[in-house]
Order: sequence, then structure tokens, then C-alpha cells
Amino acid sequence: MGLSVIIGCSLAYISLLFLIAWWVDRRSAERRPSIVNSPYVYALSLAVYCTAWTFFGSVGRATTGGLSFLGVYLGPTLLAPLWFFLLRKIILISKNQRITSIADFISARYGKSTNIGVMVTLIAVLGIVPYISIQLKAVTFGINTLTHFGEVAPSTKPHFWLEAGFWVTIAMALFTVIFGTRKLDPNERHEGLVAAIAFESIIKLVAFVTVGAFVTFGLYGGFSDLFSKALQQPETAKMFTFEESGVNAFSWNMLMFLSLFAIILLPRQFHISVVENTSPRHISKAMWVFPLYLLLINIFVFPVALAGKMAFGAEINPDTYVLSLPLSQGANWLALFAFIGGFSAATSMVVVEATALSIMFSNHIVVPLLIKTRLLGQGKDLVDGASRLLDIRRVCILLMLVLAYLYQRSVGSTYDLVSVGLISFTAAAQLAPALIGGLYWKRGTHQGAIAALSIGFVVWAFCLPLPSMAQAGIISRSFVDNGLFGLPFLKPYALFGLSGLDPITHAAFWSLLLNTWFYVIVSVNTRSSMLNLTQADLFVNINKYIGGQDSDILKREAKISDLRVMLNRFLGEQRTIALFREYETSNQVLLENQKVAQADLVNFAETHLAGAIGAASARLVLDSVVKEEVITMEEVMRILEQTREAVEHGRLMEAKNTELKTLTLQLTTANEQLKNLDRLKADFITTVTHELRTPVTSIKSLSKIILDYADELSEPQKREYLQILVTESDRISRLINQVLDIEKLQSDEAPLSLEPLDLGDLIQKAVTGMSQMFAEREIQVRLQGLDQTLTVQADRDRMVQVVVNLLSNALKFCRSENGQIEVVLKQQGNWAVFSVRDNGLGIPASMQQMIFEKFTQLHSQATGKPQGTGLGLFITKSIVEKHSGSIRVESESGHGAMFEVRLPLHATEK
Amino acid sequence: MADERSSKLLITFVVFLVLFNYPLLSIVDQKTLILGFPSLYFYMFLVWALMIFVIARIVRQRKKKP
Repeated sequence: MGLSVIIGCSLAYISLLFLIAWWVDRRSAERRPSIVNSPYVYALSLAVYCTAWTFFGSVGRATTGGLSFLGVYLGPTLLAPLWFFLLRKIILISKNQRITSIADFISARYGKSTNIGVMVTLIAVLGIVPYISIQLKAVTFGINTLTHFGEVAPSTKPHFWLEAGFWVTIAMALFTVIFGTRKLDPNERHEGLVAAIAFESIIKLVAFVTVGAFVTFGLYGGFSDLFSKALQQPETAKMFTFEESGVNAFSWNMLMFLSLFAIILLPRQFHISVVENTSPRHISKAMWVFPLYLLLINIFVFPVALAGKMAFGAEINPDTYVLSLPLSQGANWLALFAFIGGFSAATSMVVVEATALSIMFSNHIVVPLLIKTRLLGQGKDLVDGASRLLDIRRVCILLMLVLAYLYQRSVGSTYDLVSVGLISFTAAAQLAPALIGGLYWKRGTHQGAIAALSIGFVVWAFCLPLPSMAQAGIISRSFVDNGLFGLPFLKPYALFGLSGLDPITHAAFWSLLLNTWFYVIVSVNTRSSMLNLTQADLFVNINKYIGGQDSDILKREAKISDLRVMLNRFLGEQRTIALFREYETSNQVLLENQKVAQADLVNFAETHLAGAIGAASARLVLDSVVKEEVITMEEVMRILEQTREAVEHGRLMEAKNTELKTLTLQLTTANEQLKNLDRLKADFITTVTHELRTPVTSIKSLSKIILDYADELSEPQKREYLQILVTESDRISRLINQVLDIEKLQSDEAPLSLEPLDLGDLIQKAVTGMSQMFAEREIQVRLQGLDQTLTVQADRDRMVQVVVNLLSNALKFCRSENGQIEVVLKQQGNWAVFSVRDNGLGIPASMQQMIFEKFTQLHSQATGKPQGTGLGLFITKSIVEKHSGSIRVESESGHGAMFEVRLPLHATEK
Repeated sequence: MADERSSKLLITFVVFLVLFNYPLLSIVDQKTLILGFPSLYFYMFLVWALMIFVIARIVRQRKKKP
């Protein structure tokens, strides 16, 4: 078949793609309902997952690994039910944060970190280069197979400009540049591209199914015929089981596991499924339409592989069976159609992948670098930023394709398609812990993600691409055989002595294991910055934020003019004006009246800028104009501390207040008491003077009588008067003594001379001493319990005073007729208790509390005159209390009174 | 009910993870034909189709009960 026919058909096909893209873009520009906004188009565009790998490589893989190639498609199918949670969540977050790539997503999760953006970009670019290279290789050998079928391949490599691969690379690069970077959309939405990809998915499915049907039903008599014939040949029969194809449970699982992640983590899958997603509602239909697509495109892979193997054996590269089988039957047009199918599979992959990678590369590496070196965003004379960005991306795409070409030429040529592709799958899986962890584990930190990505990337590079480069002779292969630095446990195919696994399974196991460990362990042992914390919360609990108010707790402000200049540079003037208008209408403000943009406008600008240049870059750009007050963790802690202190303070104040109230109350009481005391003192003085004056008056008057009428008075009269004088003088001296006693008792000047006293004996003596007085008033005294020995530690004189006081009180208030006094001594526990009871008038309840106070005198109801000085009980109480005892009164009006004294027994008595 | 659908989808994932795995696979890993298809091939595509059908059923329930 002529080369011109192939090139002509390819160009016609590409033109058709452009036509579709242009038509869809025009429709959306005219704001007509977009055909891309459909779950079926979404599911078909997801089928960008099926590349030349699927179209050519699966067949090749089946010849050696039997049905294990299916793992690559069963993984995504298995994950499909979980899209409902996982993919939905990622999409919601991405719409909320205007995420433009997987690097953007992961860097945004970890505090919009530039470092993580760079790392993810590097892993993605370096990891995906082999994957792109197999697309170039597939198209190249497709062209070679069509043009040189049946000829013997030349043994030497042609010069690169004679090689089809070189021109394929150039053509693909141009196509991608033209297709993927036509315009700069702030949301990185390319409806035309998506439509073209969906169209390509249909083409590759139809092409492959046609070839499969041709082989199965044209060359053979259907499935049964093909399979039964294959079963009879030992070479093909081996492919029927995993056991004989050398597939074990572990490698099968690892393959499913890797592809399960690949469907989300491959940059192009992320781009199509998340960034280009028009509505999260499309997910539920895509959940079964996409697996159905995978199933359909895989049905004929195994039959074609069997048929190819039976037809050609090892003569022809099994990756080309899809083309060779029709060609061998002379079905050239079918072979051309098959080539177009493979070509569409390859182009769709390269276009989307390179576009996604170029967005990442420019947003996370080039733009931050330019901003930091102040080449962009500072000078006023720069050309329009938007076109500059597109230029950067075009260069990125070219570079990546050249890199892929070089890889294919040097390394990739010795491997089959799937082996090379799986190297990329393993690289993409390194993003899994940081991404999945970031979505569901709030504790995952920036440092944890960096550690995880680093170790994962290093182990991957050491175990897969480096040995393959050594195999190709680019670097010394001694480390493959003897281990790195000659250390036998550092062999890339048997790391730490783990051998017996195929290289992919081995590398995937170690890299993902260490990756996850590092992520978890470092995360647990590090602390997040405030920004990381808010982002983590937003990612993990996205549902909380959807439709909610602005979640950014950063307080930022900037001059509106600065903001405008900045947006002009990156989004273009028209778009900036439109954005500001949008903001004005949605917030109902006029920005012209304001000079300073508040936090929400700054955030608004940032999210739109992030759409154009990525979150991390947008942050860097805004940092140059924004006066930011980042609330650091320390600050938050300080604020919390202050709040806590304030609360503490308030509590203290309250306590103080309560204390003050108590004090005031006490003061009031004390004041009251003082006033009372003052009054009492006044009373005391009045009473004392009064008490003194009465005897003094009688002494004075009697003395005068005796002096004036000395001659007239009879001798007995004189004696009587003199007797009164003596009595009154006694009374004065007694009063003075008592006052002095009080003084002494209160001032503590006279310490008690304590000695063990037998209380019974003491009372007995006192009663005996007063018996004359009792007899005079015909009072009957009954004694009880005085014969027992109760020893107390006491001052003898004072104790006598107490007893005498109580007895004389009883004497005083006893009934004048038939008077009775009862003195009782008894022991109660450690106490000696003695009581004096009379049968007088008793003490009214109101007076009982007061009788122990100074100068409280009971007025005899009969005479209305106070009896006694009013100091006796007070002195008694003072003495008893000085002996650690207590005194109380028990009385009922009209039934006499009983005074009871309790004194602690002397220690030896216990 | 969104919750009910979520748990159904989770169960689907777990059930088919087991079905697509060892030791069940070793039962069909034989050099025999079932209805003219290799047993492993037959099993894989049958379970695969079943899974797509189950997902479609679960997702469609939502349409009936908005």
C-alpha cells in the first residue's frame, strides 16, 4: 500500500476531527445547547483510556500473558461503582477550587504548595513519557506494516530523518499544538476537543470490532471454531489459562490495582473526567456506559491474538496482528480502516495527555519560575500574558513529544507496548496515596505528601526506567546485576532480596508500599500550616462547603487597580472587564467607588486566575499585589490563648465580685456589731456610773445624816446606818472588782494558772460557803453527783467564781417562798457537766441569747428594778470559754432556769 | 435514597472484587470450553457483563424515584 494513501487518509481523518471541534466550539460560542453536555459523550470521552496500547498492545500482550491483559480494563470497571463517591467528590472540589490538573489538585490540597505542584508535574511528565512513546511507536509500526507488509525489515536503524517515527512525532506534535492550545480557557474547558475525543472513541471501537469480526467470522467459522482450533495447538493452548501464561494471583491483583488508580490518576484521565466534566450528574450514567465500552472493545482481543499466533507464530511482532491479519488476506482497505482506528486511539491519547501535561508544566513549573524571576507579571511592557501562556504550552508539548520520541528510539524499541505502558501506570499510581489520603484523611500533611511522592518516585525510577535504560545500553548495567554501589539488596529487580516477581509487580509493590508508609508516618509526625488545614478541611468535607459561603479564612486585601492590571495580564482585558462586571452584579456593588478590594474580591480573582495558571501560580501572582494577613497557627493559638485568658479573667472578676459582696456583707455586719458595741459601751458606762452612783448616793446621804445628827441618833440606829455604809461600800468594791475582772479576762493580761481540780469537791466547798445565805432565805439546796471525782484542768479561783456566780444567780432569782436549787454534776463522754437549776420566774426566750452579754440585767417583775450588776454571767461565760468549755441556759418562763457548764475532762480522766 | 444507593454500590464493588479474584479464578482457570468459549474467557466476560448490568440497575433506580 502506498504511503501517500496512508498519509492522505490520515490527513482527511484529522481534518474531520478539526471540523467536529470547530463546529462544537462555534455552537458553544453561540450559546446553543452543547452536545458535549451529555452523559454519553462524557462516557465516550473517558474512553480516551483506550489507546494504541488497547488497540495494538493488548493483542500482543495476550500472546504472552494470556487473558491477563483484561486486568487493565477490569480495574477501572471495578472502580466504577466507587466513582459515585470518589470521582464525584474530586469533581465537586475541582469545580469549587477551579482545579485545572491533577498537579493542581494535589498541590491545592496541601496548602496550594508550589513544591508539590512541581513534584507531581515532574512525576507525571517523566512517568508519562514512556506512555506517549508507545503511541508514537504504534503509529510508526502501523505505517511500516501497511507499507512494507511481507518485506524483510532492514537490520540497521535508518537515520532519524528517514525514519517514519521522526515524522510521526513531528506530525503528532503539530496536531497536538494546533488542537490543544487553540485558546486559553480560564477553566481549561475544551468542548471541541472533548467532542473530537468522543468521536475518536467511536471510530476506534468500530474499527477494532470490525477487524475482530472479520478475523472471527471471516477467517474462522465463529468463536467456537476459532477457540477449538486454538486449543488443539500447544502454543496457543497455553494462552487459555493464567497458570500456563505465567500469571499468578499477585501479579493479576497488582495489574488490576494499578489500572484501578490509572483511570483517575493518569493526567489525561483526570483532565477528561474532572476538568472537562460539564456536570457531576453525568457520572452515574458513565458508571456503566464506560465499562460497557471497555467490554466491547476487548471482546475480540483474545480471538485476534489466537488467530495471529496461529497464522504467523513468532514471525511477526504480535502488536501488529490487528493490521497483519487483514493484510495477509488481502483486505487492504480493512487494514487501512484498522490503522485509522489505531491512529485515532493514539492521537486522542497524545492530544489529551500532552495538553494536560502542558497545562501542568506551564502552571506549576514555568509560570512560578517566571514569576519568581520577575519576568512575568511585573514589567508593564509585557505582551499579552494569555498568548505568552499558550506559547509556553506549545513549547512544552513539543518538548514532551521529542522526549517521548527519544525514549522510544533508545529504550522503547526493545519492549512490547504494554510493558512500556505499565511503567507509566506504576508512575501514575505514585500519586494515589497523596490524592486518596488527601481526600479522606484530614491529617495528611504537606510534608507527608512530599515524602510520599519523593520516595515513590525514586523507587519507581530505580526499579523500572533506569534498568530499562541500562538494558538499552544508555547507562552502565552493572547496578542491575550487582545492585547499586555493589550492594546486593539494592538490585532494581530484586529490591531488598524480594525476587520471583515480574519487574512491574515488584516495582509497584515496593514503591506503593514505601510511598504509603512515608505518607502516613510523616503526616502523623508533622503539623500542618493554617492554609493546609483549611484546604484539608475543604477537600475532606467538600459537602459542607458546596453552596456555602466563602471558606477562606485568610484576610486579604489589595488595591482594585492592581488587581485589574494583574488579571489583564493573564486573562486579557475583555475577560477581566467581564469578570469584574460579573462580580459587581452578583454582589451588587460598584467597584469604581472603592479603592481597596476586600477579601472576597481577592478570592474571586484568585479562583479565576487559578483557572488560567493553576492554584499555586495564582497564589504567587496575587502575593505580589495583595497585602495578606495570613493567620498562622501561632496566631490562631495566640488568639485562642487570649480568648481563654479573657474568659479566665472574667471568671476571676466574678469570683472577686462575689468575694467583695461577701466582704461588704461582713463589713455591714461588723459595722452593725460595732454600732452595737458602741451602744453597749455607752450602756456600760451609763450602767457602771449608775451602779456606782446608787451606793455612793446612799453612802453620802447616810454619812451626812450620821454627821449632822450624830447626837440625836440612837445607838442601834447608828449601827444600822453604819452597817448599810459597809454593805454599800462592799457593793462598790464588788462592782469595781468585776469591772476589773472583765478587763483582765478580755485583755489576756492575767494568764490562767491551770491545775488539776476535782470539780465535785470545788462545788461542794462553794455550796458550803454559801449555805448561810441559802438558810437565810429558806432555800432548799439539793446536790447530786458531787461525790464523784471529775478532774478538770482549771484555775481554781476562777472556777470558784463561776460556781459562786451561778449559785448566787440562782439564789437571786429563786422563788421567795419554797425556793429550791438543784446542783448536779455528771460525766458525759470527755466532758464534765455541772448544772444549777432554780425554780424562779425563768428567763423569757427572747432574753436567753442576751443574758450572757455585758450588763444584761433581768428586771425583777415584782420590783421593776434590776438585780445585780449585769456582769456576772458575762464574766462566767468568759471564764468558761477560757477553759475551752461552754455554757448554755435552758429555761421556760415561770418554770425556773437551768445553767449548764461543760468543761473538758483532764487528760488522765479519759 | 442516596444512602441506600451508596451502600449498594459499595457492596457491588466488594462482591465483584472477590469474583474477579483468586481463589475463584482458579476454578475456571482450565483448558476447557464452555459453549465454545474458553472457560476463563467465558467467566470473565460473563461476570463483567453482569457487573455492568448491576451498576446500570442501581443507577437507574434513582431515575424512578427522584
